[in-house]
Amino acid sequence: MTTYKAGKYDVIVVGAGHAGCEAALACARMGLKTVVFTINLDSIALMPCNPAIGGPAKGHLVREVDALGGEMAVNTDKSLIQMKMLNTKKGPAVRALRAQTDKRIYQDSMKLTLERQDNLDVKQAEVVEIIVKNGKVQGVVTRTGAVFEGKAVIITTGVYLKSRIIIGEVNFSGGPSGLFPANRLSECLKGFGFELGRFKTDTSPRIDIRSIDFSKMTIQYGDEKIIPFSFTTPHIEIEQVPCWLTYTTEETKNIILDNIGRSPLFKGDIKGKGPRYCPSIEDKVVRFMDKPRHQVFIEPEGRTTTEIYVQGMNTSLPEDIQVKMIRTIPGLENAEIMRAGYGIEYDYIVPTQLKPNLETKTINGLFTAGQINGTSGYEEAAAQGIIAGINAALYVKGEEPLLLDRSDAYIGVLIDDLITKGIKEPYRMLTSRAEYRLILRQDNADLRLTEKGYRLGLIDEERYKKFLKKKEMIETELQRLTETKLTPTEEIQEKLTDELGSSPLKEPSNLIELLRRPEIKYDSLKVFDYDTQHELPREAKEQVEIQVKYKGYIEKQTNQISQFKRMESRKLPKDIDYDKIKGLRTEARENLKKVMPDSIGQASRISGVNPADISILLIYLEQQKRIRSAEDDK
Amino acid sequence: MSETDTIAAISTPLGEAGICIVRISGRDALNIAGEIFHAPKRKSIHEIPSRTINYGKIVDPLSGQAVDEVLLSVMKAPFTYTREDIVEINCHGGISASKKVLELVLEKGARLAEPGEFTKRAFLNGRIDLSQAEAVMDLISAKTDTALTLALSQLEGGLSKKIHLIMESLLSILANIEAVIDFPEEDIDEITTQQIIDTIGKSIEDIKGLLETSDTGKIIKEGLNTVIIGKPNVGKSSLLNALLDEKRAIVTNIPGTTRDIIEEFINIKGIPLKIVDTAGIRETEDIIERIGVEKTKEFLHKADLVLIMLDAADELTKEDILIMELVNDKRSIILINKSDLPQKLDEDEVYKMAGTNPVLKISVLENLGIDDLKQQIADMFFKGEIEQKGSVIITNIRHQDLLKKALNNLKDAENAVSLGMPLDLITIDIKEAYYKLGEIIGETVGDTIIDEIFSRFCVGK
Ligand SMILES: Nc1nc2c(ncn2[C@@H]2O[C@H](COP(=O)(O)OP(=O)(O)OP(=O)(O)O)[C@@H](O)[C@H]2O)c(=O)[nH]1
Ligand SMILES: [Mg+2]
Repeated sequence: MTTYKAGKYDVIVVGAGHAGCEAALACARMGLKTVVFTINLDSIALMPCNPAIGGPAKGHLVREVDALGGEMAVNTDKSLIQMKMLNTKKGPAVRALRAQTDKRIYQDSMKLTLERQDNLDVKQAEVVEIIVKNGKVQGVVTRTGAVFEGKAVIITTGVYLKSRIIIGEVNFSGGPSGLFPANRLSECLKGFGFELGRFKTDTSPRIDIRSIDFSKMTIQYGDEKIIPFSFTTPHIEIEQVPCWLTYTTEETKNIILDNIGRSPLFKGDIKGKGPRYCPSIEDKVVRFMDKPRHQVFIEPEGRTTTEIYVQGMNTSLPEDIQVKMIRTIPGLENAEIMRAGYGIEYDYIVPTQLKPNLETKTINGLFTAGQINGTSGYEEAAAQGIIAGINAALYVKGEEPLLLDRSDAYIGVLIDDLITKGIKEPYRMLTSRAEYRLILRQDNADLRLTEKGYRLGLIDEERYKKFLKKKEMIETELQRLTETKLTPTEEIQEKLTDELGSSPLKEPSNLIELLRRPEIKYDSLKVFDYDTQHELPREAKEQVEIQVKYKGYIEKQTNQISQFKRMESRKLPKDIDYDKIKGLRTEARENLKKVMPDSIGQASRISGVNPADISILLIYLEQQKRIRSAEDDK
Repeated sequence: MSETDTIAAISTPLGEAGICIVRISGRDALNIAGEIFHAPKRKSIHEIPSRTINYGKIVDPLSGQAVDEVLLSVMKAPFTYTREDIVEINCHGGISASKKVLELVLEKGARLAEPGEFTKRAFLNGRIDLSQAEAVMDLISAKTDTALTLALSQLEGGLSKKIHLIMESLLSILANIEAVIDFPEEDIDEITTQQIIDTIGKSIEDIKGLLETSDTGKIIKEGLNTVIIGKPNVGKSSLLNALLDEKRAIVTNIPGTTRDIIEEFINIKGIPLKIVDTAGIRETEDIIERIGVEKTKEFLHKADLVLIMLDAADELTKEDILIMELVNDKRSIILINKSDLPQKLDEDEVYKMAGTNPVLKISVLENLGIDDLKQQIADMFFKGEIEQKGSVIITNIRHQDLLKKALNNLKDAENAVSLGMPLDLITIDIKEAYYKLGEIIGETVGDTIIDEIFSRFCVGK
């Protein structure tokens, strides 16, 4: 094939899904000349699965991306059609936003954001080859022969690597939503010696809203008062669109079981491992045979389309069965399918081959992010995207990488899990994966990360000033609550018992102590407040309340974190030869060689590495240190 | 696993010497010891000069009761083995007292040292030179292996089963809570506060039950029941003394010296034994001796391991045969003692009678074969040929320590539930308890909660 020199960039991003968009924006915003390639310009920020963003842990990720200066939350706020705060009664750590968006608007506004971004070019092309020289990335080649030079390359190709679509007996090479797969790139990566795995996932049929009988379903509204996703969105006033809830029936189950022989999943046509948390309906029916019915959520895909997403009915069953099956659901008796559900199998890069900055261990300047790393979900992709973008930029600038650890952010948990533990199924973020989740709340993501975003150049001055102001307000208010003392006068006791349903004071105490009582909310402190000028903004109030109410638990977790940090700070040399360390057990040695952990802390999380192995590593480190200092003395 | 906390352990292998030393090393060593050590004239521990031996009492601050009379020495950093402050408490009251002292030290904030950890610190703090680094690593892996195998074999029995059960019920509420949290819109039956309280309450009771068996009073019961048996004058008491390394039992050349049962605790290669010296068995008219013999039979009944002693310098007697028949169904080791003397015993006959039981030739007098005997006991134990009978007993301070911590976590959780704290906070304590229990049985609990969620609940859409 004839090739031609098409341009020079600092960073090349391959793929413009949720990871690619964040990566490209981060690089460009950090001042690097960046290009992002997509197989189809109309598929930027595509949501091939359901039109929702957020939920527990996922919503946390979105907030973190936002706190660092990413785009996902802003874009969600722009395209919002319904918002809900979930888990409001289950505690501060696990509250989470979940948004329904208008898919079209989501895509269009993200596309426009990319197009308007300084330093960023957006191009349609299929990248088929990565150019590598002397273990260092040099650029990419497109299918049409254009050669782009780049100092760093970020691959964010999602599920497109060697993807295959499966609908019953029909299967063909193809990407989601009728797009092209990326076959040659997969071969190219294999050629570099990367270990690839194969996963599958599936999606549900879309039906026409005009064919639905909503009277048989339960309507589900959004929150009355919308809390925006982005810390930068002041408030959102929109007419929200409802969703509906219905259920599968005994008949649905029978149809599936009668045709299970035609299921590619059960016939063995699908070999990739699918996720346990997002099973297809045929999987759910078989695995939980006793369950009489399964939930089905009807979610509009947008305001300007009649397409409806049927959440809960992911399937790769043959099309004729899909039609029959859907029509057994109350309200969907006459449903017209507009797009059939399908299964998709794709290659992913085994993520233990990555460093914590998401650069590949073997090729300098080559980064990967998103579903290519074996994760699932838009939010997980965006989270990796922004980190890969930031680190590619730092790599080009020759600066130290941005590494978030398990106590900094869900993003840190996500990346550490991927590169340390490896994965056996598409990885989805869950709050239960985070051991310090009371610290990693969605409400304090800015307090945790915005400083970092500012220093990287991703947060502008104006936003930073607002952020500092908020911090100051919280501090001042905490101070004031400490200093405001109440003495047990009759008036006060009465207020406590009668107005607040609490118990009387035994001794003088301050407002902090009162707020710590479970039955007393921040807002109810008003009855004691003679100085009413303190009307704090919602976000600041929330911080004060959480920090005071859960102080004991927060301290507990902070202590756990300092233990954790101590182990993370003991770095392991990059050139360590585990074969030379006597006393390690074989399993530990093999896994250490595979992961090549950064620190003693990371090593301790590798499966098969036990405390004795860690002791041996510590001693080995000390031994090496002394050998070096002895040599230095000479 | 950090080098900044304070560690403690019984540093003389249990029972191998008459005196047990509880050694504490680290920043808080003095403070911790100070809280439980009462010197005469109320001298503070900080006034004690380094490297002097000081008489005093260890007092349980809660009950105010003296646990043991001890000799305590303080060694100030950096001129110590670990280059940290070290306090050594020499306990007089034997194993149970030293265990109690260690327990108090742990309660006051020290952490139980890992195998080889004092040496590890010595190395890390520059006390041991480079050439010894590998030896230290060997030590750690070897010690850990024994400790681990030991812990595991101890756990084969009831303890691990009980802990598994507690963990299972905690796991089931954790998985339920986490499923509800991570999949809020699924139709999962939400766990009720009552269910949580019930499960936690039950687990608290179970752990308390386990801990009760480890109270000092009952520690006496720990260890493999090992009975030395043989005709009078074969050297039973001598063997007991040799194993104990002290003159515990009276030894004379008069047959029938030992009239009553003598029990002692020793630790052989990490295995705790309760060793019983018995009155020699013979047909007798002497009433007192008769009672002794009856008791011997009783002890035999409870024995986990029997050491049958024969006299090399004598022919196989009726009594010997009677004894071998008596212990027929027991796992035993046959010891041919006095092998320093000219042999009269017909070995072939002994082997024939021994069947699958091992036969060892020893001389207690010349200290020959005693190590072989110890090795033999350890081998049989690790192969699972000998095991402990009866109820679950927490013999291991590490286990006890972890159980106590788990108990406290669960009490915190219980308290939080009753205060109406939200679910996400309650799980912090329950998880902590769950991990502590997992540590006891050496199980990595990594993703078990998540696995449990997916196997029990149909979640995800
Ligand atoms: N030559 C020799 N003498 C031994 C050996 N072991 C013990 N003896 C002697 O045998 C005598 C009896 O020893 P004990 O230990 O009192 O025997 P025992 O079995 O406890 O005797 P009873 O308590 O009377 O049943 C003592 O004089 C010991 O010194 C040995 O290995 N060789
Ligand atoms: Mg005797």
